[in-house]
Amino acid sequence: MTDQEITERIKNILIEEFEVNEEIIKADANLYEELELDSLDSVDLIVALENEFQFKVDRSRDEEVLRKMRTINDVTSFIHSKTGD
Amino acid sequence: MSLNRVVITGTGAVSPYGIGVPVFLQKLFEERSAVKNMQAEWSQHIEDLMCYVGAPLPEPLDERLIPRKFRKTMGRTAMLAYFAAEEALKQAGLQNDRLNNSRVGVSFGSSTGSAISTEQFFVEHMRTKSARTLPSGIFFQVMSHTSAANIAQAFNIKGRVISPNSACSSSAQALGTAFEFIQNGHQDIMVCGGSDELHVTTSASFDMVQAASFKYNDQPEKTPRPFDKDRDGTVSAEGAGCLILESEQSALQRGAPIFGEVVGFSTNSSGVHMAHADVDSIVACMQEALNNARLKPGDIDYINAHATGTLIGDVHEAQAIKQVFNNIDIPVSSIKGYFGHTLGASGVLELIAVLEMMKTNRILPTRNLETPDEECKGIHHIQEMQTSKLNTVLKNSFAFGGINTVIIVKRYEE
Repeated sequence: MTDQEITERIKNILIEEFEVNEEIIKADANLYEELELDSLDSVDLIVALENEFQFKVDRSRDEEVLRKMRTINDVTSFIHSKTGD
Repeated sequence: MSLNRVVITGTGAVSPYGIGVPVFLQKLFEERSAVKNMQAEWSQHIEDLMCYVGAPLPEPLDERLIPRKFRKTMGRTAMLAYFAAEEALKQAGLQNDRLNNSRVGVSFGSSTGSAISTEQFFVEHMRTKSARTLPSGIFFQVMSHTSAANIAQAFNIKGRVISPNSACSSSAQALGTAFEFIQNGHQDIMVCGGSDELHVTTSASFDMVQAASFKYNDQPEKTPRPFDKDRDGTVSAEGAGCLILESEQSALQRGAPIFGEVVGFSTNSSGVHMAHADVDSIVACMQEALNNARLKPGDIDYINAHATGTLIGDVHEAQAIKQVFNNIDIPVSSIKGYFGHTLGASGVLELIAVLEMMKTNRILPTRNLETPDEECKGIHHIQEMQTSKLNTVLKNSFAFGGINTVIIVKRYEE
């Protein structure tokens, strides 16, 4: 999977499940400040990503990375690291 | 210390007739039944249910009208509450900037949190044995104060938030509590009411204790039958009702519309049985509400009964009314025969109907009351639409748990 493919799938999740307006979604957009996700959404986003990309988050090991994840680019990098692509 | 007068400045309704106060009043005053046969849906979930009548909303709820930010923590019960609150706030002319302060609060109850969300929670939990596959918002849909908390968050309300969860008396207690907060100067404006969604387990709860109607499954419009000799139990319904209660001073300062005044409130416990009230405690509750309002029994122009169509409850209420209003000819009717028992919403929805009766000087008859039961006689049953000047009305609301609540409202005069 290329970064572009991963990013597209993340965008689709944001549009379909989180009802984010497609026009404001950019790869460097801040998930919380610009796309207006909140703490509950961040929990649901992880579950949605696990289902979409077929991996499991290890909460204790991945905590630091998850806490620092701010943009769609950050999410793409995280997916890369988890799926080995 | 003098108490503040408390007036009603907004109304909102979601009922088995549809969304909004206008459709609720229009179809109710056309005396239509909203009770339906629910067998096709309910028999898939519970095979040995006897009651197959219920009063659901007549149309799907357009959930997308609620911003996702708020919707994700709402189950159906809270969504019903949201739509009722939105309508009431709009009618009261209360915008977000007026709500955003500590003098505005919420008092809103329901029997339980969302039953649909609770079912989803346990089914998924038992299937996966995981706590991670459910949406994060589900706890907020299931919690008992879901309606009150979701209203407060969705409308940016900063004052007191309280949620009486006393089953069928929830909204009456919510109104009474808010009434006292405003009377005593703790809050200026309260968004009050109650909501409950219809779920097969709701009806099953009444079915289990032999309090649900089951003889009219093929003629749903003929049940419930409050005070009638052929009544056989109640009919569960869903809905939400909201009243904006406000200090008279605040309402006058804002130039808000005033639809009536709350003048009396009482709530007590029977202390004798979990499943029903008794005559003595209902008598005490009505007398205390009259004392609270500084009124005498003869000052009441109409009694809006709780009567749900159950065998025991209707008799106790009729006998209690007879005892308190001894030999005074006061019209009595219950409106549950039209759209069933909306449980946590019933007190407030029925009060909205009372406000319309006061406005139009009409008394809705008790639908399906053809022959008053011998044990329910001795009170002035209204069996046909009646024209009558109504200035002061007493509203009863009782609940499982042996809880009684009485509210008294008056036509507003400066």
